[in-house]
Amino acid sequence: MITQKIDRRSFLKAGAGGLLLGFYLPESGRLKAQTNAASKLNAFVHVGSDDTVTLFIHMAEMGQGTVTSLSMLLAEELECDWNKIRTEFPGVDRAYGPLQGVFGSRSIRTSWEPLRKAGASAREMLIEAAAENWGVGRDQCRAENGVVINTATNARLSYGRLAEAAAKLPVPSNITLKDPKQFRLIGTSPKRLDTPGKVDGRTLFGIDVRLPGMQYAVIARCPVFGGKVASFDAAKAKAVEGVKQVVEISNGIAVLADNTWSAMEGRRALQIKWDEGANANASSASIRKLFVDLAEKPGATARKEGDVEPALAGAAKRIEAVYEAPYLAHAPMEPLNCVAHVRPDGCEVWASTQIQTAARGVAAKVTGLAPEKVQVHTMYLGGGFGRRGGSDYIGEAVEVAKAVGGPVKLTWSREDDLQHDMYRPASYSRFAAGLDSDGWPVAWFTRIACPSFGGLQNGVDRTGVEGVADILYGITNILVEYHAADAGIPVSYWRSVGYSQNTFFTESFVDELAVAGGKDPLELRRRLLAKSPRMLGALELAAAKAGWGQPLPHGRFRGIAVTNNIGSFNAQVAEISVSQGKLRVHRVVCAVDCGQVVNPRGVEQQIQSGIVFGLTAALKGAITIDRGRVQQQNFHQYDVLRIDEMPHVEVHLVPSQNAPGGIGESSTPGIAPAVANALFAATGKRVRRLPIRPEDLV
Amino acid sequence: MAAIEFTLNGKIQKVDVPSHMPLLWVLRDTIGLTGTKFGCGMALCGACTVHVDGQPMRSCVTPVASVAAKHVTTIEGLSSDHSHPVQRAWMEEDVPQCGYCQSGQIMTAAALLAKAPNPTDADIDEAMHGIICRCGTYQSIRRAIHLAAEYRAASVKGGAV
Repeated sequence: MITQKIDRRSFLKAGAGGLLLGFYLPESGRLKAQTNAASKLNAFVHVGSDDTVTLFIHMAEMGQGTVTSLSMLLAEELECDWNKIRTEFPGVDRAYGPLQGVFGSRSIRTSWEPLRKAGASAREMLIEAAAENWGVGRDQCRAENGVVINTATNARLSYGRLAEAAAKLPVPSNITLKDPKQFRLIGTSPKRLDTPGKVDGRTLFGIDVRLPGMQYAVIARCPVFGGKVASFDAAKAKAVEGVKQVVEISNGIAVLADNTWSAMEGRRALQIKWDEGANANASSASIRKLFVDLAEKPGATARKEGDVEPALAGAAKRIEAVYEAPYLAHAPMEPLNCVAHVRPDGCEVWASTQIQTAARGVAAKVTGLAPEKVQVHTMYLGGGFGRRGGSDYIGEAVEVAKAVGGPVKLTWSREDDLQHDMYRPASYSRFAAGLDSDGWPVAWFTRIACPSFGGLQNGVDRTGVEGVADILYGITNILVEYHAADAGIPVSYWRSVGYSQNTFFTESFVDELAVAGGKDPLELRRRLLAKSPRMLGALELAAAKAGWGQPLPHGRFRGIAVTNNIGSFNAQVAEISVSQGKLRVHRVVCAVDCGQVVNPRGVEQQIQSGIVFGLTAALKGAITIDRGRVQQQNFHQYDVLRIDEMPHVEVHLVPSQNAPGGIGESSTPGIAPAVANALFAATGKRVRRLPIRPEDLV
Repeated sequence: MAAIEFTLNGKIQKVDVPSHMPLLWVLRDTIGLTGTKFGCGMALCGACTVHVDGQPMRSCVTPVASVAAKHVTTIEGLSSDHSHPVQRAWMEEDVPQCGYCQSGQIMTAAALLAKAPNPTDADIDEAMHGIICRCGTYQSIRRAIHLAAEYRAASVKGGAV
């Protein structure tokens, strides 16, 4: 029974024939029974008597390399043997902060100090234990590669032999962290700890969890947002081989079976009448009209500097434009899923979730249990991109599990995923700018209509205006206004959030200003960023590495764009061609200043990843609405970038001693405007709505 | 229900399931080999790719009855110790990010190399085009396939394969 704490030995003894596979265990390669007693030195570091060091990764691994980079922060100060590290995802604990999870590209930023301190604190306790053991002063001891060395005698005690005594010592208070010059691990690129299990199929994602007696569930939800079940007939569904039961939950009808496929077949056989509710007639056109109408009226002020109206009126030249972006789905490769087991006195969930605290909260709410009675097992995430910051699928699984008793695995199909996402909101924005007689911008105005999900402060949702309201360009008169446009479509965080559309708008419009003022796009940005040295540094590096201004092969064109988000500064130059109605992105040069770099290869991977994500959106991404429902059902209607479309991405780091910035969302916003600006250079046509369409290429 | 027998990763496997049940769900839910992934259910993303008699197949649309008496290889059966050239190259290049699509990428790359030991970039595009990676590991995948080809050539030359 999973109600009991399963010790690792009996766990492993169950072996391959056992259903329950190591959610406590790290990825393969390091898969090894911990047969020894482990001593807890703090919430992040346990040391076993066999010298195994277990590092607790309190974030989630969704591909961004957190398991490796956070381990590096701990190990840098712990001075342990990197080859003897195991990692685990702990449960929800206040020791890991009030909101445990990964969002806002904050893993490194929020862990940079605390995890190095946790590593150093554990190391000091081990040294103290050794000093006591030898009866010498601690200044006569030093730690190195998993052992404490007596510098006078060369005697050595391994961490494993010291751990039990060390765990009983008081936690040291005054920790001095290494000077960056002494770093051995930070700034290097060791192999990712999670790779071996991801090349042999052993890594367990949420969808791979199997419990004894588990039933497999899928849910039929109303295709129209906000709709409900009016009535249903389950007779045919129950007749499907393998289907065990059908239950109604608040969000639809759940079909449970002895395998996922039978549950899906059962769902197909359900007969449901829906009450489609207020959104039954919503369409992309009706939503756009809502945005357009709102954008006619003054909105809430998101940023105001100087006095825009007279500056626009008095400008030598005035430029106006409207920019638009569609709804987008996240479409992580692992469809949403959750395993839940609800008992009268407690609840366990196994989930690939980005925010463990929220997962626990939703399970507590659905069951009526206290949060402390809910245990969250964090599994590897097959992609997140913001989607797994939501806990809707966890609530559903818990509700089904509560209804039927016994463990349940809820799986979403790809169709469920695309049709019931919490989407990147669509947006409609009006821009105006004034240039002086020398062609330099003197006034900037933006009015945004965009659905809100991040909460309003003085009428403004930061998620709707970031990327416009926080531009670093030195323009004397700036006014940015915002309208929260509630369109009835669920919306939420999507990799790089508001920057994902607003940086496209802003950086394309800046390009328009350069053209209107007769300036080179790099030259204009350089001038307007004179007082933002870090942004300027990234811009200069990208331009230099891309050979901006140098001749290109025939038919190739460049575009440039910058982003300042998540505490980092990103500049990109895209090199494209248009041939026979087809746009090809050949090369992207990306320079980033993300402060001190923990793992350069990890940064490179995230930059490439973010560019692919943004390029997919720029070239292909659109969720459209008709009759209140999403029209896209699967990847044939929501295509993504493929290997043959992958540009060559070069990553250049700006050397920096600043505290680390975020990286996972740094490169996503800039690629769309870099490509669109290159397209303008190629065709003279300005793309003002995404995705780029065939008619934009002629 | 029908009793179906096939060879799975070198061993005889018998299952008693509906004959039209997709191989993907037989592997994952009935047998418990979860390395083969569900991504789309319509042969659109390639996450579920396995080898059937050496050929890459989308297990999500392959009825289990169609593999009766055939040899099925999943990611778990590619090697027992990461020694397959593609796995070695994947580890050397640290290809995976989230890793969810990588079983399909690796199985497809392994089938490509069996057919084209020294693939060109165009060969790689053609073979790998259908396997979606949302993390965008494509650049690493391309590099790793070229490296795997080198590993494979070296081991053939050394007589190991």
